[in-house]
Amino acid sequence: MMNLMQQWLPRRTALRNLAPVLSLVAAVLFFYAIPPHPGLTLFDLRLVAVHAMIVGIAAMGMTFIIISGGIDLSVGSAIALVSVATAIVLERGGGPVFALSVALGVGAVCGLYNGLLITILRLPPFIATLGTLGFYRGVAKWMSGSIPITAPTQGLEAWVSPIPTPPMLIFAPAVWLMLALGLFLVVVLRFSILGQHAYAIGSNEATARLCGVRVARTKVAIYVLAGLLTGLAGLMQFARLTQGDPTVAIGLELDIIAAVVIGGGSLSGGQGSILGTLTGAVLMAYLRNRSTVLGWPNFVEEMIVGHIIIVAVAVDRWRGGRAN
Amino acid sequence: MNTVRHHVDDSPRLKMSGIVKRFGATLALDGVDLYLESGQVLALVGENGAGKSTLMKILSGAIQPDKGQIAIDGVPFEAVDPLTTRSAGIAMIYQESTVAPHLTVEANLMLGVEQHWAGFIRPTVLRRRIIEIFARLGRPDIRGDILTDDLSPADRQVVEVARALLIDAKVIVMDEPTSSLGFTEIERLFEIIAELRRHGVAIVYISHFLEEVQRVTDRYIVLRDGCVTGVGNTADVSVAELIELMIGRRLPDMFPTTSRTFGDPLLVIEGVTGNEPVEDVDLTLRRGEILGIAGLIGAGRTELLRALFGLDRIRSGNVTIRGQTETNVKITPADRLSQGVGLLSENRQTEGLALNLSVTQNMLLSRLQPFACWGWLDTHKMSVAVTTWVERLRIRVAHVDQAIAHLSGGNQQKVAFARLLHHDVDVLFLDEPTRGIDVASKAQLYAWIDQLASRGKAILLVSDYIPELLGVCDRIAVMHRGRLRAIRPTKQWTEHEIVTVASSGEETVV
Repeated sequence: MMNLMQQWLPRRTALRNLAPVLSLVAAVLFFYAIPPHPGLTLFDLRLVAVHAMIVGIAAMGMTFIIISGGIDLSVGSAIALVSVATAIVLERGGGPVFALSVALGVGAVCGLYNGLLITILRLPPFIATLGTLGFYRGVAKWMSGSIPITAPTQGLEAWVSPIPTPPMLIFAPAVWLMLALGLFLVVVLRFSILGQHAYAIGSNEATARLCGVRVARTKVAIYVLAGLLTGLAGLMQFARLTQGDPTVAIGLELDIIAAVVIGGGSLSGGQGSILGTLTGAVLMAYLRNRSTVLGWPNFVEEMIVGHIIIVAVAVDRWRGGRAN
Repeated sequence: MNTVRHHVDDSPRLKMSGIVKRFGATLALDGVDLYLESGQVLALVGENGAGKSTLMKILSGAIQPDKGQIAIDGVPFEAVDPLTTRSAGIAMIYQESTVAPHLTVEANLMLGVEQHWAGFIRPTVLRRRIIEIFARLGRPDIRGDILTDDLSPADRQVVEVARALLIDAKVIVMDEPTSSLGFTEIERLFEIIAELRRHGVAIVYISHFLEEVQRVTDRYIVLRDGCVTGVGNTADVSVAELIELMIGRRLPDMFPTTSRTFGDPLLVIEGVTGNEPVEDVDLTLRRGEILGIAGLIGAGRTELLRALFGLDRIRSGNVTIRGQTETNVKITPADRLSQGVGLLSENRQTEGLALNLSVTQNMLLSRLQPFACWGWLDTHKMSVAVTTWVERLRIRVAHVDQAIAHLSGGNQQKVAFARLLHHDVDVLFLDEPTRGIDVASKAQLYAWIDQLASRGKAILLVSDYIPELLGVCDRIAVMHRGRLRAIRPTKQWTEHEIVTVASSGEETVV
């Protein structure tokens, strides 16, 4: 297996995979260094993990999309739509399994619609998903009558409560679910045809077409896969709030895209990794947590996060420039 | 579809018959027949726009013919998309590299033909064959785990040939395969072609370099305006005859030879060291002079021009323009243009031209002041100016506001060239000005370069195409690993000597 890994992992990505971890270490050191040197408790860690989880799950799907040279701006709206749909199902007496199926189904349909707009109408992904960003948000408001729907959680909140039962688990079950999915998707990205084709399309779409890769079909599959993960993220969003809120997750797409970019994803396609993305999601959650602990106002946090995205993209450009 | 059955044994490897393709009002292909035996190399030549690309796009399945049949080994075959052509054993190797740079060599080769289990790739299945193929191509040093981005353009091309072999290609189409290669790499490619031929692969070889065509191909087919104007054995035809078949007339004189007197030095460079590998270059360029620079790919010729033009840094050394010496000054392309120095990029598609913009925008981009009044542009004046250039350079355009992407390579290059003329620069850096353009446009460019020199301009010409350097330049310098090894008047050079100095760096004793 090790030999296989060496054969298939291009060497330069080793450094690339390390960069997000180094950024995280730098962030940790930074927050220890500034007065009043806030301590990091187990509860803080648990909270960071749960906060990273929703962004992390959706960002794994975004990783596939960005690797294939696409983008999905509609993911925040889709999460809101899923959370509303889930709440409606549970409110009408549906069980948790039914709620999960609906969440995944709605997410997948959102992804499918994005994928079809991009492949059949040949819209640039940026434009297509800018359109659906508004559309999904509108549908969510329509379905909920523009007010949050409170619904029985049917035990779903146990998945996302920062202190798990039993506490021996350390992190919430949803965090473990995210990590398990992450490991699975690492394998899919590296060793499956879908994963390799995603890299190929993002790296050079003409080549992929020339080599007989069914480009349109693969893109749709990637958006549907991302949609499934968005569905799961939406379900978790509902479980966190215990209500389906049509105005939730506004601007969350930026956090999600930032996690991918911090994790080494290139917005010009062909590069990105799941583990990097998850590290990026943790970094974002950590920053937000520390800002709260330090009592910084929300706008400071936003100003910092904005520049982290800028620096991550600048570093990506710089590396890309060297390669060319 | 016609269902005439052939005897599979004695039918040619590839047969295209009666191919007709119409785009709107233009008849791109008018009943073209082409056949090719296994183990044979067929030269497909013609000017840009003659229908070569259309014919090959039909073969690759990228576009559908209006009429006509294709058969492989006598079996009729309908090219509906790139996938069916690939599985029928037709592989295309295009002018520009078509590998995915972020993938390893192995992943590139397996792309589209992955052996898998439930969607998960089993890389070991094909690995042995990939190693065998590189050994057969004489390149066992290209390993499967190398990132394709780390390979040289020439090695990427070898990867493309390997990809064709991995799918057991029966027919390989090579479109201008040598246009971005140096001498030694071209030799290597020819060895690979010989090896493919021994294994019965049929090759369609498209090239503007007719000397190469003569060396490497067995038969030729010439297209002009969508019709076949000549077929036969390459051994029985001269380059001049091929050109005549291509353009329908004899070129009066490919290379003009005006005698000129040289004036005072316009550009003097001393000990210039720039980005890798440019090192310690001395050069003097006088008014009325055309100085050529030959060398291998990667010798640093383009890097030298870029450094002189201010696109890259000059690390040390002096540059003197019109007697003004500058040392350690940060120079930008804008400075150079205002000094009357212009560069024609070797890469017109990605650097030289903005493909989405119009002919007018591209041509006038560097000097808009004559048309501006308080920052507002007089579009009427602009189009008058552009129309003048279009007529003088005989650029074929539908109208001057047409996007440049729709022009042929030769006409695009003329627009890029016209930009320098419009700017009225005194020193022209021309980097591969005739790469990938048709013979008639080439002859026109040579005539223009000659005229400019006669009018007292100074020209630095970088080219891989040695006959062109010998035909156009007054002096030729050879670059080897970033250093200029020898500068001599053209009369004192032979093609053989240039190749020797370029590849060994050692001057032969005259």
